[in-house]
Amino acid sequence: MLAYAVRRLLFAIPTLLVISFIIFLILDLAPSDPTANLPLTIPQDVRQQIRLSLGLGEPMHVRYLKWLYQFAVNEPMHALEQLTGHHFSATPRVRVLSWQTRSPVVDLILQRLPQTLWVVGLSYVVGILIAIPIGIVSAVRQYSWFDQIGTFVSMVGYSVPTFFTGLLMIMLFSVHLGWLPSIYDTNLRVTDVASFWAQVKQMIMPVMVLALFNAAQISRYMRASMLENLTQDYVRTARAKGMREWVVVMVHVLRNSLIPVVTVIALGVPQIFGGAIITEQIFRVNGLGQLLITGIQGADIPLVQTLTFLFAALIVLFNLIADLLYGMLDPRIRYD
Amino acid sequence: MLSAARAARQPLLSVSGLRMHFPIFKGLLRRQVGTVKAVDDVGFDIARGEVLGLVGESGCGKSTTGRAILRLYDITSGRIELEGEDIAPLSGAALRAVRPRMQMIFQDPQASLNPRMTVGSIIAEPLDEHLRPSRAERRARVFELMDAVGLARGFANRYPHEFSGGQRQRIGIARALALNPAFIVCDEPIAALDVSIQAQVVNLLEDLRAAFGLTYLFISHDLSMVRHLADRVAVMYLGKIVEIAPREALYRFPLHPYTEALISAVPEAGGRRRARIVLRGDVPSPLRPPSGCAFRTRCPKVFDRCHVETPPLTDLGRGRRAACHLVGRPPA
Repeated sequence: MLAYAVRRLLFAIPTLLVISFIIFLILDLAPSDPTANLPLTIPQDVRQQIRLSLGLGEPMHVRYLKWLYQFAVNEPMHALEQLTGHHFSATPRVRVLSWQTRSPVVDLILQRLPQTLWVVGLSYVVGILIAIPIGIVSAVRQYSWFDQIGTFVSMVGYSVPTFFTGLLMIMLFSVHLGWLPSIYDTNLRVTDVASFWAQVKQMIMPVMVLALFNAAQISRYMRASMLENLTQDYVRTARAKGMREWVVVMVHVLRNSLIPVVTVIALGVPQIFGGAIITEQIFRVNGLGQLLITGIQGADIPLVQTLTFLFAALIVLFNLIADLLYGMLDPRIRYD
Repeated sequence: MLSAARAARQPLLSVSGLRMHFPIFKGLLRRQVGTVKAVDDVGFDIARGEVLGLVGESGCGKSTTGRAILRLYDITSGRIELEGEDIAPLSGAALRAVRPRMQMIFQDPQASLNPRMTVGSIIAEPLDEHLRPSRAERRARVFELMDAVGLARGFANRYPHEFSGGQRQRIGIARALALNPAFIVCDEPIAALDVSIQAQVVNLLEDLRAAFGLTYLFISHDLSMVRHLADRVAVMYLGKIVEIAPREALYRFPLHPYTEALISAVPEAGGRRRARIVLRGDVPSPLRPPSGCAFRTRCPKVFDRCHVETPPLTDLGRGRRAACHLVGRPPA
């Protein structure tokens, strides 16, 4: 298993190099101009100088290799130097800098990460906790009222976009009822019970909007997987053994049904880091999704390039994790 | 003393009027459009220590009968008396309490074992549920069972997929034996195995029967294996028993035309050849069984009475019963 994981990680390196180059090409081909958002009074030759100062005058491959060196060598070295306090060279390292803020991109990401992890990550956990029991009950009582309603709700949850449910909830809970704030306040520090309660209140709506969406998807997988296993012969064996129905469903069927669901859940984790771009916009959560959007609007190529590449790397990583989980959960699968 | 004598005479299992009908739902509103009479008015007795073979072609309701007797289905109607107790109306905890006395060996040894459980835990699970043994007791019992079916003790921590078909079936047998059942339904236990392994498993079943005094309902479509193992044989066609008789009598002088055709198809060693009776057509759909005798659509000896009147299963003496208009009770 370890050898397999290491081999897969080594194979991931050329994959990621190709991905980073494709992202770079796409961004380079896009007709974006980092000076476009500047005031119109700035003359063209000054704009040209700004572009040159950002490194846009150099040929494409040079720009790509520079980004690659900054991201793959300078950033890890910088992190190492920060951690150990030891400086490997006297000259300061050139890090990947955001064109908009002139701040290192990695620092920006680290600032935004906690909000995204709290809101989007929590919504994923809540979604899973809702989805799994619904999936189990819907499968065990197939075609019952519970199953029919569950199917309807998950179809609605899956097909109605989050910008609609989000606005609907804001209309209801912020505008009409006035119970919950519609804007997420990042400056809120949890110091006592009151501020903790305020934090909970501002998280409820974004978390629930995303949780509904996630739960809709996962509960479908859970139901399908349970139904498939419920008709298996070993379930009849378990009943013939005289096991209680609870044991039959929760031990025999559930354990086997969770294998594909766990894989689906693992493959969905990179989406958390990707942040829910739309939901973060609606509730003004300044997470990674919002960072990406502002980066795209301002033609902040280094920021967009780095963020997109990190998402790609996470997807590759969680694909590997899903495969390894599969191997751990299903004794029939061995990686040697 | 008296009750012991009565217990000896009483059959271990007595089935009467067993019906298992499956409703068929179709259409937008899932309305019931019919019923499949998978098992229709089946009855027989099995004495303690006896092996009753149940034969018939695919889809005739053999397996459904076996599962219905073990109450793996909620049966439509009928009585199933196990050691004098009617288990047909039981459910829930009362039914679970009966389970240790009756077990099943399944056809597909691959699918019927939970792929995520080790052999040891598969065998031990019914022990934990019904007897709650200590760790040492459970270990000892698992090893004892693995010895009995000829599995090395070192296999206890392996998973089912690591075994061959024959070994998996041994696991299935060990699991069925775990609670010392009196009665075992063997649902085509050798159908999924290689021919070379079939004999091993059948011999194992015979040895276990002798060692533990087991009673089998042996479901199979392999007539030679049934002849080898069974004391009496019941022949099923389209959800009904058409003939039931002691083994030798049935194989030498089949009475029902269907039995005759089945037995004519068994290859025999030694050059003696029976004339093959080839049945034409397929088994009719159990959703719309033919009027009168169910076998009339394929019977070589069909005549007009068969179209209108269903022949009852008639007792012909010497433990023989058959359902055909051509075999009446011999005049006394």
